[in-house]
Amino acid sequence: MSLRAVPALLKVGFAEAVAYRTEMVVWVLSTTMPLVMMLLWTSIADEGTVRGQTGAEWSSATFVGYFLCVFIVRQVVAAWAAWEINFEVRNGSLALRLLRPLHPLIAFATSNLAYLPLRTLVTLPVAIFVVVTHREALSTDWRAWLLFPVTIFGAWAINFFVNAAVGALSFFADSSLRVMDAWFAFFFVFSGYLVPLEFFPEWLRTIAEALPFRFVLALPVELMTARVTFEQGLPLVLQQLGYVTALGLLALGLWRRGVTRFQAFGG
Amino acid sequence: MRRTLELLSVQLRASVMLAVQYRLDFVLDLFIGLFWTVAAVLPLFVVYGGAASRGVPGWTFGETLLVVGCFITLQAVIDGAIAPSLSTVLDHVRKGTLDFVLLKPHDSQLLVSISRFQLWRSAGLVHAGIVFGLGFRELGHGPSLLGVVEAALLLLVATWMLYSLWLVIASVAFYAVKVDNLSSLFTSIFDAARWPKTVFRGAFRFAFTFVIPLVVMTTFPAEALLGRLDWATLISSVVGAAALALCARLFWLASLRKYTSAGG
Repeated sequence: MSLRAVPALLKVGFAEAVAYRTEMVVWVLSTTMPLVMMLLWTSIADEGTVRGQTGAEWSSATFVGYFLCVFIVRQVVAAWAAWEINFEVRNGSLALRLLRPLHPLIAFATSNLAYLPLRTLVTLPVAIFVVVTHREALSTDWRAWLLFPVTIFGAWAINFFVNAAVGALSFFADSSLRVMDAWFAFFFVFSGYLVPLEFFPEWLRTIAEALPFRFVLALPVELMTARVTFEQGLPLVLQQLGYVTALGLLALGLWRRGVTRFQAFGG
Repeated sequence: MRRTLELLSVQLRASVMLAVQYRLDFVLDLFIGLFWTVAAVLPLFVVYGGAASRGVPGWTFGETLLVVGCFITLQAVIDGAIAPSLSTVLDHVRKGTLDFVLLKPHDSQLLVSISRFQLWRSAGLVHAGIVFGLGFRELGHGPSLLGVVEAALLLLVATWMLYSLWLVIASVAFYAVKVDNLSSLFTSIFDAARWPKTVFRGAFRFAFTFVIPLVVMTTFPAEALLGRLDWATLISSVVGAAALALCARLFWLASLRKYTSAGG
């Protein structure tokens, strides 16, 4: 079975991550948005407690806990296969992958996952800082923390399958990466990245809760910060896995149809 | 000078021709640009919306909209005129094709700075206009003529500063080959400029005023439009921008001497 190659691929991917470590650190540092939003919200909350639309009170410390968790989750669930696939389709190097007895999407997924240890290591100082200084912002329910890794995996899987689907679109159209831009614009607004979803007015929150974006970020973050309890979390996790399945099927379908159109360039 | 203007018009024409070749991209980009503007304004409605939120300390909703207007204006300038040209420098250095620029009988800094424009980004200026309009409607009065002149001057100063900072980033390419993500680091730091200065306190205020002058770029023009800016601030902003431009120029020239071409 070709899956035997996965451990070796993970090892190669990890070596690659170590080789490009400075580049990766710069990428991590580019995630400044949660920190800016943290400065903004704490400057507001320092003037007096802020109340969300659901009535929950947010102090300055609550915002610090929330946005640092956002930073951590964003790092860990990142995927970037759309750019890799687009690049390889356009310059023809995808041909080499197609010759191998392993589905290219599995290869992209493993090389993505191999960055995980190093990315976790980079976010570790932030995580320690949260635990030491803002422990009261974190959930104390151990069942929530059991559910947490599942939501992280689900969030990464959604990200990866969207990337794979958009990557497969580059078999059909040159400018497929623009779709990724559109995804990000929606992600910024509807995932709790800029604004905790609790602060949205009722109608906007209903929309946000139906869309896939909250499952990529808000769900794990809200589990960490006890905004979502274990009981509330269970059905949400099922919904998240539903999105994972749907997007996975979409990505595979697009790939299967698209790859027949592939023509390698060059020699 | 006449020659410079000639060169500029040639490059602009080439950019227009390039843009009309990819019409589908053009339409897609317009839509995505609109999304980004909405994403820039939406948090503002949340921060100021609701009975319990008081918004950014010391800044009303209308006043903050003016800051966001300045932010969207400058982002359009970066994405349309500054970043496309200067990121070609990174490619040139890596591939060694900067030779062809250096061989041309004109100043190399000017040539690389006007090499590419993405004109559809100027749609951002329209978005900014709408945000300014909303801001003044919220405030209930328009700006004074002096305020508009000062703000326009400050936005030019901000453009000059952004250009200088980008030139520095491009010059770093001569020392470290892989700097694509250095530019995305700068872009993400610039995102902080959409908020008025009271959001940044302590060390952040200092850093964003004097090291990476985001406060100068968006808060000061907004204050000028509100008639709150004093002359000393205006003059020191211009002097600061000139100093930054001079440093960037010297750094560019020093880095050029490092250039050794590539390949054969």
